[in-house]
Amino acid sequence: MTERPTGAIPAALMRALVAAVFAVDPVGLGGVLVRSAAGTARDQWLQRLRDALPDGTPWRRIPLAIHEDRLLGGLDLSATLHAGRPVPLRGVLAEADGGIVLLAMAERTGAATAAHLGAVLDWHEVALERHGLGVRSPARIGVVALDEGGDDDDAVPGALTERLALRIDLNGVRALDEPQDLGEWGAPQIEQARRRYAGVRVPDEVVHGLCATAAALGVDSARAWIMACRVARAAAALDGRDEVHAGDAEVAAALVLAPRATQLPDVATDEPVRDESPPAAEAPPTDLDAPARPAESSPDPDDADSASPPPGGALDDVVLAAALASVPAGLLAALVHGAVRRSRVPPGAGAGARRQAPQRGRPVGARPGEPRGGSRLHLMETLRAAAPWQRLRQRTASPPGATPASASGPRIHVRREDFHVWRFQQRAQTTTIFVVDASGSSALNRLAEAKGAVELLLADCYVRRDSVAVIAFRGTQAQLLLPPTRSLVRAKRSLAGLPGGGGTPLAAGLEAASDLAAAVMRRGATPVIVVLTDGRANVSRDGRPGRAQAGADALAAAGRMRAQAHASLLLDTSPQPQDSARVLAEAMGARYLALPHAGAAAMSQVVRAASPAPSR
Amino acid sequence: MVFPFSAIVGQDDMKLAILIAAIDPSVGGVLVFGDRGTGKSTAVRALAALLPAMRAVVGCRYHCDPNASVLCDECQARRTRGALKSHAVPVPVVDLPLGATEDRVVGALDLERALTQGVKAFEPGLLARAHRGFLYVDEVNLLEDHLVDLLIDVAASGQNVVEREGLSVRHPARFVLVGSGNPEEGELRPQLLDRFGLSVEVRTPQDIASRVEVVKRRDAFERDPAAFTARWSKDEARVRRQIVAARGRLGEVRVPDAVLESAARLCMSLGTDGLRGELTLIRAARALAAWQDDAVTSDEHLKRVAAAALRHRLRRNPLDDSGSGVRIERAVAEQFGA
Repeated sequence: MTERPTGAIPAALMRALVAAVFAVDPVGLGGVLVRSAAGTARDQWLQRLRDALPDGTPWRRIPLAIHEDRLLGGLDLSATLHAGRPVPLRGVLAEADGGIVLLAMAERTGAATAAHLGAVLDWHEVALERHGLGVRSPARIGVVALDEGGDDDDAVPGALTERLALRIDLNGVRALDEPQDLGEWGAPQIEQARRRYAGVRVPDEVVHGLCATAAALGVDSARAWIMACRVARAAAALDGRDEVHAGDAEVAAALVLAPRATQLPDVATDEPVRDESPPAAEAPPTDLDAPARPAESSPDPDDADSASPPPGGALDDVVLAAALASVPAGLLAALVHGAVRRSRVPPGAGAGARRQAPQRGRPVGARPGEPRGGSRLHLMETLRAAAPWQRLRQRTASPPGATPASASGPRIHVRREDFHVWRFQQRAQTTTIFVVDASGSSALNRLAEAKGAVELLLADCYVRRDSVAVIAFRGTQAQLLLPPTRSLVRAKRSLAGLPGGGGTPLAAGLEAASDLAAAVMRRGATPVIVVLTDGRANVSRDGRPGRAQAGADALAAAGRMRAQAHASLLLDTSPQPQDSARVLAEAMGARYLALPHAGAAAMSQVVRAASPAPSR
Repeated sequence: MVFPFSAIVGQDDMKLAILIAAIDPSVGGVLVFGDRGTGKSTAVRALAALLPAMRAVVGCRYHCDPNASVLCDECQARRTRGALKSHAVPVPVVDLPLGATEDRVVGALDLERALTQGVKAFEPGLLARAHRGFLYVDEVNLLEDHLVDLLIDVAASGQNVVEREGLSVRHPARFVLVGSGNPEEGELRPQLLDRFGLSVEVRTPQDIASRVEVVKRRDAFERDPAAFTARWSKDEARVRRQIVAARGRLGEVRVPDAVLESAARLCMSLGTDGLRGELTLIRAARALAAWQDDAVTSDEHLKRVAAAALRHRLRRNPLDDSGSGVRIERAVAEQFGA
């Protein structure tokens, strides 16, 4: 996977290069996404990075479950109590100023943590407005995000990956080779490059080459272009030059633009790339047979090009070729076969334990109350409640005649009525899982309605802050089309691309629904399963055609669902309702509804009625 | 050092919406939604440098307007003692960072004074700081629900009421809410959506020449921020003068009945709920006329701001795949002719 065809930068060189380039400007480049299981290779690479950074560079690890107070900063409680005045505590991000933040298990980072990191990476400071403190502290950091998530592209929040210029993949690498010809990027060279970096000039044709390549690959974020420009400067600085050359641009395109590709250049109409620049032919040949460009491709980059004659057309091609040769193999396959696929595992789901404790959820402040029955004391609010009364209490606590300031009594008097406990918001969040039969028998009449119903429900759901997931099954297998989401944009996008036709692998669809429902439960939400099918399975569990085995498998899978006891609903979508779907619904323990002629609106109403009432 | 507003390449809709809000704060806030890396927060943060200074009461914690009818309690007391002294202060552009706690947003007991002196004193929060200025929430769709509720409440009433820990404080809090976010991270609640006067969608520029310009300017800014800012200072000053001039003209810009009618018909054909859309549409069109130094508001002005003023007020029709921007364009074309 890490070995690339000829024309690409060799993997070992790439790893060394990423470390060196990043060490030149950790703040400007934002960070590195390291995809790798924990292991020797990763440790070696991290050590190499540490060696490349100046001595004494802060190196802080952020554990997955870090509390916002620790991440951003807050009130140093013990010091506050001791001193009798508020003492701020710096958060990890501020402590790491001028250094590196290591984000463990980045694939499980929540949206909030990702947003905090994103803000710090953008503005190089921590803006803290918490618990009586309003502080801005500098936080010029680079982030090394350790993605242990395997093959899921979307697992690390996009808000974070967007801001990390570089990425390497160490999966399948046992140990790093001894760097033989890497001597030129030793610590002293990197130190020199760091000094040279700010003055490195980027000629216009290089900027043009990078932008044209980004356009051809569908890289639409200005951050990516700007970071590619910085990487080119860093590469030139490492090479001891004050001006960026074509080679540096190629490195930048390979490191920054290639992994972000969302489309392949339209090779059929893009003759120059094939003819004039030999390296293009070295890209894996599959890209030439790409059936069609993804649906959302931007306007043809060549049109834009011809509108403004490029100052360096030849360079554009060379840079594009370099980027193409470095598109990761997995991504390349996905691009060739259509749109970039969504992750298979819903974000946030994983091997986590079942969290069903009543004292969880999002902290939403404090309420007066005693820390009993598992409630957690909200120290800050408790202190606040106690604070105004201190003078009075100290006076009344000390015996008459004694000086109020005597050191014998406690510095702060906290009484029972001051106690505040954390208030958590535990939403009875519902995730509606649609299992849509997209097989030939269903597709013709019902698929459009099913899509419409999902969209209507979603529009409704985000008001309640519920989420929706879609599993489609057709041909020989089921596919998670849409991981649980509240985003109408994503839902529309993935539904629009759902094709119909093929066999009916009902068992696979039901099993996928069971698995997803279990994952949803683990995340603390309540799954509701809605199956839209005519119940006529004709593809068995192992993907072979045959009605008898397929039906038996489907009933077995339905039995498993019944055991899980999720709320479920089966909508019979066949034009003439028959017993097969009714039997299946009984086996699932689902409500059965025949909807031979219902439109999308009616369907969504039925589903809404079947869902448990939201309780907050 | 902040990237200058005038140096932002393209993104005319976003820049215009921000300028309109700066000319006439009563349009009620700007929502900037779009993909990552389109310069949303860069533009908002650049706003502060553009705004001309304002007069505020000396010593007032809420920087009250000395000529306003509604003053904070302290200024009211000051006024009874004599004329209010005022001085020029920069218009506040206040960041509401994610993870902010409620006490910092609305204000709370001054912990320092309570701990050290045993005095119960109110320490104003971000809402007080943003009074008469702008309150900026980046990633507004990730904001916690209880803070969203709070913002909605204050934005609607123009007043912040604090009842905490035995404190009872109320102070004026009129601010222009500016939010930005990426729709992929989640939708915004309709109640909050409705609070924003204008809503713009930003997209990455599609022509390579613009992209090259984006990268070149950014590169130049990074390598020498001071020189870059100096180079753009003339343009910045010009925009600032234009804002001041447009504000001065705003009161004189006429809105003919025909234009009021056009606005009403447009809103009706689009089926927008409530009067807020219509009102915003007219105000935005008038501010645009003032910006362009036109004495009379015309249909042209309406057409230019229609999408921004109405886009987020259309009733959602998930089965109609065309975006709300397209639907507005269609309605505008139908009404005014192509």
